Amino acid sequence: MAAELERRGIATVVINLLRFVAERVRPPRALFVPFRHGYPLGRPNDPRQQHTVIEAALSLLENEALAPPALVDYAGS
Amino acid sequence: MGEMSEFPLSVRLFLKAYRWRRVDPVPWTRLSKPLAECRLGLISSAGFVGPGDAPFDASVRGGDPSFRAISGDIDVSRLREHHRSESFDHQGMAADPNLAFPIDRLRELVNRGRIGSLNVRHLSFMGSITATGRFQRDVVPEAARLFEVDGVDVALLVPV
Repeated sequence: MAAELERRGIATVVINLLRFVAERVRPPRALFVPFRHGYPLGRPNDPRQQHTVIEAALSLLENEALAPPALVDYAGS
Repeated sequence: MGEMSEFPLSVRLFLKAYRWRRVDPVPWTRLSKPLAECRLGLISSAGFVGPGDAPFDASVRGGDPSFRAISGDIDVSRLREHHRSESFDHQGMAADPNLAFPIDRLRELVNRGRIGSLNVRHLSFMGSITATGRFQRDVVPEAARLFEVDGVDVALLVPV
């Protein structure tokens, strides 16, 4: 999905829960997060943490030093 | 941890053995303007559907490859989740749909000026799709076309 969007001129960032899958599939930009499935942005009803994760993902879009495939580890908790 | 250890052995074996499609070469679009001027589209694979939408069909062999277009003004409390997998805990999303479909978080970012705007619709998939041929051939291009015609600049893809 991400690849098709990029081909159409839409920049993408993927939240990733299984690092080895991202290493194999190679999405253009992926943020690997250490959360369990069902909890991709961390904790329910915790807007602050959800914002932290989303901000980390958005920063990949702005990082001009990245080159595809870019797989970055989330630095938060 | 969102790695293999949370799954039973059968699921881990499946994930390891599955022939994941490698993207090669990797296409790449850089931002052409500041994020504060961009229109963002959200893509979720949590299996959410909006009010009145047909649920994802858990009986489809290989996983229901269809998607739902979720209105950009959706009240997140009206989303209903129909992800077929029993391999993960759905309680978090039930308690807070923003956990996997963060539309309220994105609205807050627009209000703060971090993002320019949100698209008039967002895309919801049911992420447990093992038969990806028809998905890649038929569904992905149609979904991407919608974002393209909508003028979406950036897309955030959130798994479950």
